[in-house]
Amino acid sequence: METRPDLYYSEEHEWVRVEGDLAYIGITDYAQDSLGSVVYVELPSPGARIKKGDVLGVVESVKAASDIFSPVSGEIVEVNEELNDAPELINEDPYENHIAVIKMEDTTELENLMNHTEYEEFIEKEEV
Amino acid sequence: MNKRTPLYETQKSLGAKFISFGGWELPVSYSDILKEHHAVRNNAGLFDVSHMGMIFVTGRDSLKFVDNLVTNDISSAPCYKAVYCPMCYENGTVVDDVLVYKISDTRLFIVANASNTEKDFKWISSHIFGDVKVEDLTSDYVLLALQGPKSGDIIRKLTDDNDLPGFFRFKETTISGMNVILSRTGYTGEDGFELYLNIKENGSDPVKLWNDILNAGKDEGLLPAGLGARDTLRLEAALPLYGHELSEEITPLEAGLDRFVKFNKENFIGKKALVQQAENFKVQEDLKRKIYGFEMLDRGIPRNGYEVLKHGETIGYVTSGGPLPTLNINGGLALLEGEDLNFGDEVEIRVRNRDLKAKIVEIPFYKRSVKK
Repeated sequence: METRPDLYYSEEHEWVRVEGDLAYIGITDYAQDSLGSVVYVELPSPGARIKKGDVLGVVESVKAASDIFSPVSGEIVEVNEELNDAPELINEDPYENHIAVIKMEDTTELENLMNHTEYEEFIEKEEV
Repeated sequence: MNKRTPLYETQKSLGAKFISFGGWELPVSYSDILKEHHAVRNNAGLFDVSHMGMIFVTGRDSLKFVDNLVTNDISSAPCYKAVYCPMCYENGTVVDDVLVYKISDTRLFIVANASNTEKDFKWISSHIFGDVKVEDLTSDYVLLALQGPKSGDIIRKLTDDNDLPGFFRFKETTISGMNVILSRTGYTGEDGFELYLNIKENGSDPVKLWNDILNAGKDEGLLPAGLGARDTLRLEAALPLYGHELSEEITPLEAGLDRFVKFNKENFIGKKALVQQAENFKVQEDLKRKIYGFEMLDRGIPRNGYEVLKHGETIGYVTSGGPLPTLNINGGLALLEGEDLNFGDEVEIRVRNRDLKAKIVEIPFYKRSVKK
């Protein structure tokens, strides 16, 4: 399962890429692989405020709907509209296809997330 | 602890992802549900369905006994025919929907849903009369389902038998050197076969049978397929799934299965209740609930249990829903009441507090074109 060194990871299998005070959020390779074919992504509304742990969106595979939890708090400044017509992009390249961008109000929240080696260990434990 | 079929290790080495279903640990998919779905529609797919229950009924009074248990007509069916049947309680709701295989008047077997096998066995056993023996032989059998338009070509590579059974017929024959019951049945809406292998019999090797079929189908585009594709395929064909379109609270008439309920039969368990419901249907159809098909108009995916509304009022719930990959739409089946709904009528499906537009459509969503 691919991970990338430049990202933060949550226990709910979201990744965060930080650019200044912006957090790009998507789901990990491990997450897309366990879900299987993604057939729909419910995106949040731009402009909305969201707290860490709130439901940011929903990723639906053929079998089930899975919530995406926001790993940080802030304002949703952008959503990836491309996923409306091509949800399969999540499967094809999970790290290049974010779901939303959040303008963070507290960057110290990032400290609670994992780096890529910690996340690799974390999913290894999940496998057992 | 979940049960595993004799093919578990083989499937694991093929990269299968497993889920728990009806007390069994079964592959949900090997590669990708959609890929497996399309393989079955265009070429073929191989499913391990050994979790299905195998209940054998033998003895002099077997035919009369089984005929009394189910709503369809077993007595007038020829031998070596598989008959799809709801099996009902006295109140007309459904114990299970089963396939009855009539080998002879004194030997039949009933193929039950995995999650119902134990319940069915108890129910069936509690109604025994005359010279009848009932046995649950589920663990003696491996069941493989080869489904899809290329199924016939693949089976022919594995047998010298030139006389393959016709639709809903079965026979005892040799496939890949093993004695099997070969049945022209399935749960996908495609042509296909189900193979019943008694693993206790000399020469039976389920792993070899599985591998031989996969190899024979390599050039035909055959893929191993899991429960995920099985569910999307059966949903497109609008085949009911127990616990969804059928249950202890739903009758076969409500599920739209009236053609499998034979009121001209002298008797069967549940007949009285179903006769009464059928009569009420004619007089006050609009008061009754029924399974309808629907297609999403708005973006969104309907799932089992979601509320269905019309003009803001709840009229029922989704029994099965999801993507219908062959048609490239989202839709499903719903148990609806309150109004006489027509094809084309708009309803709303409540998806996570949002009411999304859908319309009532004819079922099945998908019907295979019959080979010329």
